[in-house]
Amino acid sequence: MAHSREDKHESAPHSGQAAPEVSRRGFLAQGTAALAGASAVAAALSPLRHLAPGDVPTVEEFFQKHYKEMTDEEKRQVFARIRQAAEKRFGVELDLADPPPMDGVEFVYGLNISRCIGCRRCVHACVEENNQSRAPEIQYIRVLQMEKGSINVETADHHYDPPLVPDADKYYMPVQCHQCAKPPCVKVCPVEATWQEPDGITVIDYDWCIGCRYCEAACPYWARRFNFAEPEIPQEELNPNTAYLSNRPRQKGVMEKCTYCLQRTRVGRMPACVEVCPTGSRKFGNVLDPESEVAYILQHKRVYVLKEDVGTIPRFFYYFDERGSRYREPITADGPGGDA
Amino acid sequence: MKKYATFLWDCFRLSFVGDWRYHLWMTILTLVALFGLYAYCQQLVYGLVTTGMTDQVSWGLYIANFTYLVGLAAAAAMLVIPVYVYRNMHLHDVVIFGELLAVAVIIMCLLFVMADLGRPDRFMHLFWRFNFPISMLTWDVIALNGYLLLNLHICGYLVYCAYCGRRPSPLFYVPFVFIAIVWAISIHTVTAFLYVGLGGRPFWNSAIIAPRFLASAFAAGPAFIILTLQVVRGCTRHRVSNDALLTLRRIVQVAMIINLFLLACEVFTEFYTDSAHVESARYLYFGLQGHRALVPWIWSAVAMNLAATALLVLPASRGLRVLNVACVLSIVGIWIEKGMGLIVPAFVPTPLGEVVEYFPTSHEIAICLGIWAFGLLLYTIFVRISVPVLAGELTYEKRAAAPRVEAAPTREGNLAKE
Repeated sequence: MAHSREDKHESAPHSGQAAPEVSRRGFLAQGTAALAGASAVAAALSPLRHLAPGDVPTVEEFFQKHYKEMTDEEKRQVFARIRQAAEKRFGVELDLADPPPMDGVEFVYGLNISRCIGCRRCVHACVEENNQSRAPEIQYIRVLQMEKGSINVETADHHYDPPLVPDADKYYMPVQCHQCAKPPCVKVCPVEATWQEPDGITVIDYDWCIGCRYCEAACPYWARRFNFAEPEIPQEELNPNTAYLSNRPRQKGVMEKCTYCLQRTRVGRMPACVEVCPTGSRKFGNVLDPESEVAYILQHKRVYVLKEDVGTIPRFFYYFDERGSRYREPITADGPGGDA
Repeated sequence: MKKYATFLWDCFRLSFVGDWRYHLWMTILTLVALFGLYAYCQQLVYGLVTTGMTDQVSWGLYIANFTYLVGLAAAAAMLVIPVYVYRNMHLHDVVIFGELLAVAVIIMCLLFVMADLGRPDRFMHLFWRFNFPISMLTWDVIALNGYLLLNLHICGYLVYCAYCGRRPSPLFYVPFVFIAIVWAISIHTVTAFLYVGLGGRPFWNSAIIAPRFLASAFAAGPAFIILTLQVVRGCTRHRVSNDALLTLRRIVQVAMIINLFLLACEVFTEFYTDSAHVESARYLYFGLQGHRALVPWIWSAVAMNLAATALLVLPASRGLRVLNVACVLSIVGIWIEKGMGLIVPAFVPTPLGEVVEYFPTSHEIAICLGIWAFGLLLYTIFVRISVPVLAGELTYEKRAAAPRVEAAPTREGNLAKE
């Protein structure tokens, strides 16, 4: 340590004497160093040449406003641009709608634990309807194979793969976004890219999300997914009936989630998972309508919500049948069936 | 204004001047930083799929390093408090190094957050729609950038005053020093609250995280400064007294003991209760369903922290050699514990009970090393500039008085002035 200080003392007067000559050499050395530095920087930046044309935001994309701040005219322009981009990317003409929430409607979802057979058709129907990436595959619904006598998800099997379902000794609990009334994911988003709509659906503006994944950390139901890579969808599998806030094609680096298929449900149809379910385990509707099926179930069935203790107040509940359970009586066309 | 431009130009020039060891050190750091940039460019092109993160473990090394570095930034406060609050003048001459470290470290923090973003090109959205005060992340943005500005101002002002050869006016920096002390505590608290406020993650959802975070920060920060000051003392003519180092030793000592005590509280609560909430802690310390990736790490961290505390309590650590060993042990121990040990287990098992492990990829590690190298590079430059300027060896007056040849941008001219 001590001699290093001496080094400097020595070098100073010595170099001072030969200043003019050394400065020419110094100039050359500096030039070489600068050149080497510049080429090193260029080499470090070289992977950027593989950036796809769509990866660099255009001026319009860069200054595109938050969904809630856009005027109708601005929305029209943005939607036209998105349609154009989709046509270029997938060669498909996109029907991009923006259905508003309906007055007097609050959607809730019921899942019949006694009936679900764990076939995962909902999982795949959802992927097809909502244009999730096929590689890497993104799924919004996770079906848990549960041990009888326990509701502890930590003993559940996520990757069960028998030749036939259901397993008589198990029950099945599909989990997807619970569209919480107090959503932790909305609370934590630093840029308000995700919010709760008046009909209870939590949506994401994919063009506003910065991809920090704080919402993914906050969700107690593991319902949010991140596009770690550019989503890949075969052209023939792309669903062209889309909405801005739900199933339009996404880009890499943004979050996505279940939106109760708002492109369908806000125009009077059922979510894809409800439609495809072969056992009728999935019920969906407007809880504010006393005549609706979900209102009936909530009043008459044994109902529970997952993780009530985290205080999120889900709009997704599970319920049991007193009769017609797949555990007690076989469900046949003329049999007792469920009573919902 | 012209004077300030000259000051900046001199700082720029000075950062290229040094002996061969300096040049070697800077070249290595530059190369590592550029390699990190290379890896980051690949991440930009292909997305975060180049990292080991998944939907199950959605935060990894970046956020772990970020968390640790927020702690390291406490070093400044821990030097400032004894001097300005308790009038302990041993540390007076070294306060500036703590503040410079804070500047470099906060820049590293911001880089780690940027590296973690899926869409860094939309960074501006933070300014256009800021979810304040609901989102803790917005609090953290304010806390970190505010701390950066405060320390930049304090260091910049002191160094510039020395360059101009005038006494710094206390009015322009002492109030900021006191604000910075409170702010330093707030950056840790707010960063801890990022995690603590998530009800879906029982591992984080505990009030002890914030105090533990402060305790470990106040250990790792000054420990890092103890090592840095010895390097400064060895490589420059800046005088650092042993008393300053020993004052810092006392701070590290107390902080390490508190940290271990809080760790014991946490471990007891988790494992004695033995409820379903213990799964993450069990994964961290013992492994879960045959997945044990973090187990060797956390036990080495525990061993290092225990050894460091034992050494620091013993009088032997008044000797520099033992003290240095203790400092290295606590820096590494806390890096593991506050980094990987705090972030990753919260994601294992997932809220739906799935156990997926996280293994960082080489890309991710390269980016982390790159940011560390860049941070060290910045810090070296800061120290390189401030030592001669504060010693009064490089001032505006001397520069103007110097003959033309020497004022030309040659390294020899500058060395001679030194």
